[in-house]
Amino acid sequence: MSYFSSHFTTLGHEFWGLLVGGIANGIIYAMVAIGYTMVYGVLRLINFAHSEIFMSGAFASFFLMKVLVGNSTPNAFESVVYLIVGILAGGIVGAVMAVGLERVAYRPLRRRHAPKLAYLISAIGASYFIYNFVGKEFGRINLSIDSPFINNTVFTIFGAAVQTYYIVIFVVGLIMLVSLERLVATSKLGRGIRAVAQDAETASLMGVNIDRTIAVTFMLGGFLGGVAGFLYSIPIGVVYTMGFTPALKAFSAAVLGGIGNLRGAVLGGLLLGIVESFSVAFVNGAYIDVVAFAVLVLVLMFRPTGILGERLGRSA
Amino acid sequence: MLSVKDAVVRYGAITALHGVSFEVNQGEVVTLLGANGAGKSTTLRMLSGLHAPTSGTITFDGDDITNVKAHMFSSMGISHVPEGRRIFPEMTVQENLEMGAYGRKDNYVGDMERMYSLFPILKERRKQLGGNLSGGEQQMLAIGRALMSQPRLLLLDEPSMGLAPMIIDQIFRIIGEIRDGGTTVLVVEQNAAHALRLADRGYVMENGVIAFSDTSEKLLHDPRVRAVYLGEAVE
Repeated sequence: MSYFSSHFTTLGHEFWGLLVGGIANGIIYAMVAIGYTMVYGVLRLINFAHSEIFMSGAFASFFLMKVLVGNSTPNAFESVVYLIVGILAGGIVGAVMAVGLERVAYRPLRRRHAPKLAYLISAIGASYFIYNFVGKEFGRINLSIDSPFINNTVFTIFGAAVQTYYIVIFVVGLIMLVSLERLVATSKLGRGIRAVAQDAETASLMGVNIDRTIAVTFMLGGFLGGVAGFLYSIPIGVVYTMGFTPALKAFSAAVLGGIGNLRGAVLGGLLLGIVESFSVAFVNGAYIDVVAFAVLVLVLMFRPTGILGERLGRSA
Repeated sequence: MLSVKDAVVRYGAITALHGVSFEVNQGEVVTLLGANGAGKSTTLRMLSGLHAPTSGTITFDGDDITNVKAHMFSSMGISHVPEGRRIFPEMTVQENLEMGAYGRKDNYVGDMERMYSLFPILKERRKQLGGNLSGGEQQMLAIGRALMSQPRLLLLDEPSMGLAPMIIDQIFRIIGEIRDGGTTVLVVEQNAAHALRLADRGYVMENGVIAFSDTSEKLLHDPRVRAVYLGEAVE
């Protein structure tokens, strides 16, 4: 059998399994990518400290799970309660971190009309500070999280096992992504965010408080990023450096879909997750990042503004 | 109603306004005339909190509003139609009008309908994106959007800019209707002929100061205005 046909056979056997896993990872990327894209929308700036928001959310839920779950075996009801608690902990800590970061690392620069490069340095500085602080306080080792649920196979689809973990990601991710999209597209708050993204000065003439709107944007992106950190950490645990790679990929996903574009971030995230997942069928698992970034480069060569294009503050 | 005293505005090392003073009374249409760079737009931007004056005072209905932030102006009753219209391009016409009412807590559906009857073309285009409208339609939308906050003072920056003569006539007729509806208007214009026919009084700005001012009637016949702003040779 030739190289490719054997790999296609593997793909045939594992297609559905790879797809389910890819979508699950893609949803996590999408939730993180949303934070990059929203902040870019209102500030034209990549929040390179977003990786630490993701990590902080994961750590917050890690500590709560340790207290709540410990060595117990949760029943179905407890699992739902623990999950909700974990989501809220991750989300709230992510949101608080994001708003704090905006206050400390970005707002002072904005007040002084600093050049964009200053924001980048400020972001890198904040990022190093946060993750080294976490590393120092909680150890520079991987800590496994006490899972709030037992990871059974819930059902199989064309022979692929769909586990509780994936169901949790699908349900939580979809609820959050759809709610955010609706909030931005239809609410007054969302209109304010879109107005600031399209023309901040004119938005202020309409009575939009720009500082508050920027803070709310960080808060929403931080909430989703923190929850994503929690979901991501359930099977693999937490470590102070955990934010770096997934956040870099989520940033790439946001660019892939079209930075500033909410649906682009979701599309880019899903695509990246699926491409990564399927690349395992063709190349050694160690190369999946190479494949993922090769796809990114290829797409950007042909569509420099991403798949859906850079659409700042557009509702749909 | 509005009173500006000795306002100085600087952009970094450049002084754009060197002590400007003027007044706008309730129910008037007042125009600020002047060449490019005379300081007209800076004056309007200062009156919306977009540039705080480094010295001088601005009072509105007796309250000192010199250092009030931009987003507070619409709820105080001052609404600004910016230069170049600045429609939100990726929002629909309807959403642009809703943005105008952003600071309002009461129900503004009635005002929305009023804007659609004032500008029927906007009603036809209500679901279209603002960026896809023609220049004239965008100007109407910009005015409608500004009126959605129920202003007592409307600031208009170059409403005729880039528009066809027929559309300009229509825009100025609408500004007249807005004045008749009880809203005070301060309009910055390069098109002095149109502005003076509508306005009660005018101020002429040169190099960041008010050079002179008078009633529109007198300014229309003032040789300095006729030569520079109405394009006529001095006899």
